[in-house]
Amino acid sequence: MSDTTLGLWGIPLAVLGGAIRVSTPFLFVSLGECITERSGRVNLGLEGTLVMGAMSGYGFSYLTGSPWLGVLGAGVIGSLLGALHGFICGKPRVNDIALGIAMMLLGVGLAFFLGKPLIQPTAPRLGAIPFGFFSSSAQLRSALNVNVLFVIGVALAPLLHFGLQNTRWGLVVRTVGESSEAARALGYNVNRVRLLATAAGGFLAGVGGSFLSLYYPGSWNEGLSSGQGLMAVALVIFARWSPKRCLYASLLFGGAGAIGPALQSVGITTGYYLWNAAPYALTLAILIASSSATRASADMPAELGAAR
Amino acid sequence: MSAKREHGDDSLMMRRSAPPASSTSLFQRRLLLTLVPCLVAFAASCSKKEEAPAAPASSAAAEATPAAAPADKTLTVGFIYVGPKDDFGYNQAHHEGALAVSKLPGIKIREEEKVPETLDVQKTMESMINLDGAKLLFPTSFGYFDPHILKVAEKYPNVTFLHCGGLYQEGKHPKNVGSYFGYIDEAEYVAGIVAGGTTKTNKLGFIAAKPIPQVLRNINSYTLGARSINPKVETTVIFTGDWSMPVKEAEAANTLIDQGVDVLTAHVDSPKVVIETAEKRGVFSTGYHASQASLAPKGYLTGAEWNWEKVYTAYIEKVKAGQMPDHLVRGGFSSGYIKLSPYGAAVSDAVKAKADEAKAKLTAGTLVIYAGPMKDNAGKEIIPAGTDHPQTDISLESMNYLVQGVKGKLN
Repeated sequence: MSDTTLGLWGIPLAVLGGAIRVSTPFLFVSLGECITERSGRVNLGLEGTLVMGAMSGYGFSYLTGSPWLGVLGAGVIGSLLGALHGFICGKPRVNDIALGIAMMLLGVGLAFFLGKPLIQPTAPRLGAIPFGFFSSSAQLRSALNVNVLFVIGVALAPLLHFGLQNTRWGLVVRTVGESSEAARALGYNVNRVRLLATAAGGFLAGVGGSFLSLYYPGSWNEGLSSGQGLMAVALVIFARWSPKRCLYASLLFGGAGAIGPALQSVGITTGYYLWNAAPYALTLAILIASSSATRASADMPAELGAAR
Repeated sequence: MSAKREHGDDSLMMRRSAPPASSTSLFQRRLLLTLVPCLVAFAASCSKKEEAPAAPASSAAAEATPAAAPADKTLTVGFIYVGPKDDFGYNQAHHEGALAVSKLPGIKIREEEKVPETLDVQKTMESMINLDGAKLLFPTSFGYFDPHILKVAEKYPNVTFLHCGGLYQEGKHPKNVGSYFGYIDEAEYVAGIVAGGTTKTNKLGFIAAKPIPQVLRNINSYTLGARSINPKVETTVIFTGDWSMPVKEAEAANTLIDQGVDVLTAHVDSPKVVIETAEKRGVFSTGYHASQASLAPKGYLTGAEWNWEKVYTAYIEKVKAGQMPDHLVRGGFSSGYIKLSPYGAAVSDAVKAKADEAKAKLTAGTLVIYAGPMKDNAGKEIIPAGTDHPQTDISLESMNYLVQGVKGKLN
């Protein structure tokens, strides 16, 4: 009986588990937005894409019986939403922020409308890789039950980082994001690059959404996202447009979110409202600590702030 | 007039922003221009997304107007929910009651879900009254009462408003308003017995939204029930801070299970995530609001459910007979306002017998849950020996303590 108790060790374990479980949607959405923003465009609609991905992932999984088809379907729906954003933004004098808000409302509303019949049925979910097989502790094994999507996300972050820095298409995306005139002078179609970057970002956000409904918490309902997509977009700024830092930021955010419940579970209940706000407090603290008057916006793609 | 004023403001703003800005401030201005719609959109998305699915309902309502107006004998009853009506939780329980009502002869129901506890609910109530001809309204969410129901009730004295929660006060509130509530902690007590008799680690977990009296009463009754059969049981409480936080609820469930808890229950709008997480991790669970048995075929032990069908059909009889229903309606097992989910496969016969015995005693009114001497979890005496607080005791509705055996603190 007592060998199952963890006591205070439960807190770091919960933070570890939380970092792995909760961070994945943040990771995918922020990586997606990272690509989009590096091309010089902001897609605020990713909250809608995330919810739409959660709904469609669950729906595809339910209809086809395969959760991986669900993930793929969510990604495709996400990239369609992204492409729509990219296409409309390519029109003259369209503001990407305003359109992003419209896309957010569209995605969320559409997902609620189409997802109504999906609340009750149970769809097949994604499984997990038991990385904790070596341990005899049930708790550790459970915390290290890692979903494949998390592994993909973690691998994707350095890959994207490398891709943006060292490959031809990475250079094109960055050029478009830094100076559309230069890109045009080099013969690149700025709008097409941005459209593809937004669609790719939408794909990742859709996959992130499917993680919510198909793995953790693992069901479709209308309160599922509660703003995680918006927070992930903010994380990109926090991570200063670097895919690698997006990974750290997502892990930090996921882990900090687990502090509140974990403290209460070991009987530390003073100020739980404050602990529940830990992710935001921590983000704020790091933002303040890492801010600088001189180099703050050095990493920001120049086209993001430019008037069009 | 107001449109004119708005327009004036608009042009003023445009004029203000018209002079060409210098290139350095251009970026700042853009930033401002982008930030403001962001905030607006965020606020809008909070209310907008709740409205979106309601649209078909109101269009259906508009079509129904001519039919509803002349039909004097049909009673139109409106039900308003704060969340989705199939949430496996609070709203589903009310929706099940509404479905039972719709089967009564001469009754037509109108439902609207995801109505926020804001001016929106006043609009919904008014449109149900004016467009659908509703004479009886059940705005079910706790926060609808003050000021929304009170305001609309004064405006429409011929319509009856019945609110779930027990907030009605004689003399203070309009005559066409009433409150109803169930002593669901009786069912929690029995569920606690089942949990306490089934747990192997003697640790129960309770995931709750906020430390308000109704929630505390459920936590306490659950723990008292569990300790009546197994005094070694402890209940660990986690407050998530709000009624619907799926990810946080899942985190709370996981961390409780990591601490050795092997029976989980919840008092949130929809216990779906908690029950599913418990099943996934292979521990037991007991439900709340509605039956979640289908979500956890292995681990679901039992659950405390509302039985609004009973309350609603009784109300309708009164209203159809032209009477104003009682202003304050409360009841537990004895009046059939609450029920238990059928016992799950994991519940032993001995535990079932104990639970059934307690249920019978509660139904007969011979078992008092809050009987002295009783201590809170800090060791302070809260009910002296010889004092009984039966279920109808109004003092229980301002509960502000956690009983001995609950791990957690209120602050």
